[in-house]
Amino acid sequence: MAKVTIPIGPQHPALKEPERFDLTLQGERIVQLNAMLGYNHRGIEKACEQRSYISALYLIERICGICSHSHATAFVQAVEEIASLQVPPRALYIRTLIAELERMHSHLLWLGVAGHEIGFDTLLMYTWRDREVVLDLLAVLTGNRVNYGINTIGGVRRDITAEQCAEILRGIDVMEERTKYYIELATEDAMLAERLLAVGILPQADAVRLSAVGPVARASNVNKDVRKQDPYAAYGELEFEVVTDAHCDVYGRALVRVGELMESCRIIRQVVKNLPEGPIAVKAPRKIPVGEAVSRYEAPRGEDIHYVRGNGSENPERVKVRAPTLANVQAVGKMLENSYLADVPIVLAAIDPCFSCTDRAVVVHGTDGGRGRIDWNTLRTYGIEWYRKNRGVDFSTSKLRM
Amino acid sequence: MGYALFSILVFPGLLFLSLFGMAAEFADRKLYARLQNRVGPPWYQPAADFIKLLSKEEIIPDDADHTVFEILPAVAVAAVLTSSIYIPLWSRNALFSFEGDVIVVLYLLTLPTLSFFLAGWYSNSLFATLGAVRVLTQLFAYEVPLFMSILGPAIMAGSWSLSGVASFYGAHPGYWLFNLPGFVVSLVSLQGKLERIPFDIPEAETEIVGGSFTEYSGRLLAFIRLAIDVEMVVGASLLAAVFLPFGLGLPAGAGFVIWILKVLFIVALLAVFRTVMARLRIDQMVEFCWKYLANAAVFQVLIDLFVKGMVS
Repeated sequence: MAKVTIPIGPQHPALKEPERFDLTLQGERIVQLNAMLGYNHRGIEKACEQRSYISALYLIERICGICSHSHATAFVQAVEEIASLQVPPRALYIRTLIAELERMHSHLLWLGVAGHEIGFDTLLMYTWRDREVVLDLLAVLTGNRVNYGINTIGGVRRDITAEQCAEILRGIDVMEERTKYYIELATEDAMLAERLLAVGILPQADAVRLSAVGPVARASNVNKDVRKQDPYAAYGELEFEVVTDAHCDVYGRALVRVGELMESCRIIRQVVKNLPEGPIAVKAPRKIPVGEAVSRYEAPRGEDIHYVRGNGSENPERVKVRAPTLANVQAVGKMLENSYLADVPIVLAAIDPCFSCTDRAVVVHGTDGGRGRIDWNTLRTYGIEWYRKNRGVDFSTSKLRM
Repeated sequence: MGYALFSILVFPGLLFLSLFGMAAEFADRKLYARLQNRVGPPWYQPAADFIKLLSKEEIIPDDADHTVFEILPAVAVAAVLTSSIYIPLWSRNALFSFEGDVIVVLYLLTLPTLSFFLAGWYSNSLFATLGAVRVLTQLFAYEVPLFMSILGPAIMAGSWSLSGVASFYGAHPGYWLFNLPGFVVSLVSLQGKLERIPFDIPEAETEIVGGSFTEYSGRLLAFIRLAIDVEMVVGASLLAAVFLPFGLGLPAGAGFVIWILKVLFIVALLAVFRTVMARLRIDQMVEFCWKYLANAAVFQVLIDLFVKGMVS
């Protein structure tokens, strides 16, 4: 078979969000991967500059549907640092609790998606059923299954009652039982091992060089976790292990994630047990002083970095988000070197991509970029001509309302 | 002539087998869903899907070969239906039979796979072409084990006709136990033939969208789906006739019920297969078929030769 180039995306069943990967194939083997990002740019950073800090927080929370709490927390941490706010310990513990519940539902979601990508839909159905337990807990605690809206500048918006604590512990017991089953499945199922072992290999040196983050880095035996290295919220006072694995492949990434599910259970138990008394928020000023701050946060997908600059007004002057997928997507090219077409979906899914968090700007190629540039009038003439020729409709007389 | 037409078009041909095929699809989907902790579709879902597809617009790509593109689904349906008249369904005799119809049935059951390959190839689209190549690669992997696993029981029966095979096992109860390895091999091969998990590589949606059927829509797609449904029933009937040859001597009514039960049993086994497994890669699939499945089929042939030698 001659070399063929097939487009994975912008619309493709393996991708949950539009993004384009052109694969050049020799038979079933991949010769070259060309990733084209930018289909999901939403201009959130710019939109934040036109909103007050508190409105921007709600917008930031909607960067990602899965790790919404991660982005919101990273943002408020930066703002609190600029405004020198002392967040009460109870608020920090509640943030940690929601963060770990979010990690659990994100990892369970990933496990299901990974199963689906390798045609193992039973795993998808099972994990998504169990994920409901976590989502129900989140709904009880915050009122929402996703986009919890629990953070506010200076603390959190909702307190946790003793009954809710008991409910959390009951839910966590169920989850721990189910997670043990998934660990058993991941380590003992021959078919899973067949599809995941030695697929999408990212050696430790490359993981460091390409600055992979989160479970992708940890599965390449890079001990990198913001929760340990630069503790935020209540993580400094809690006991937990950073789960790493030396497989350096998709199998390792799966093991790291199920391992982190167990660690999350452990963290949540500690949080519920040691929940300090006191207020849940301090009053934040409407105008945030001049200053800038960088905030790091270990999202389920890896390190999330937010940069905020205040200019003394109600609106931030600049907000910059570096989502974990942007760090990890660089490694995909390396992982797919010399692999099979059949492994593309699972390798892509193994970084747990969140493309809409990643996309920042659309690059317009100049005439030298190969695609050419087209101005408004030419485009309109082209459109009218196309419809007249191919559809027999004449739009040349219709007026444009602009 | 009139009776032949009736058997091809009404019973047990097109009309009955289509309905039975849809019923089997429902059984398969419902069981699959229940095993996955889902509710599953209502009983009329396969028929509803079929009717819906019939009413949809048919889009044929400009680059595709129109005639071939339109004929292939009909070829696939016709081939599986024709093969059904040589398979003993509820009695020891098929509707028609001659010495050598085993080969004809296996050949006719290969035709749908070939037409799926051609369907993909003539669609002239990237994903369809890739799917088509995978259909063919996979065909070479499972077809030989399937043929050999059917060959074993035929050798023991000393007949090249399916009716002859069924009569032999009817007259010698207990002999079918020797063919159990072949039954397993042919079940796995049938799963490959029907392109279901773990062998749904040619239509792996997360890799190549719809595989060879990517460009198909409307009526043509409905007939492709129908061909697969009927193929499932006919394939299961073939396996039932060769490997589960009991209850064939009973009166027509009881034999009919037993045939339905046997087919549903095989469909249920196939549904469990696809529940507990992930999709293999094409290289893993070919390796598995030649390394293990083909050897197991040879083993089956050896058993049958040995037993036949011992008895005679």
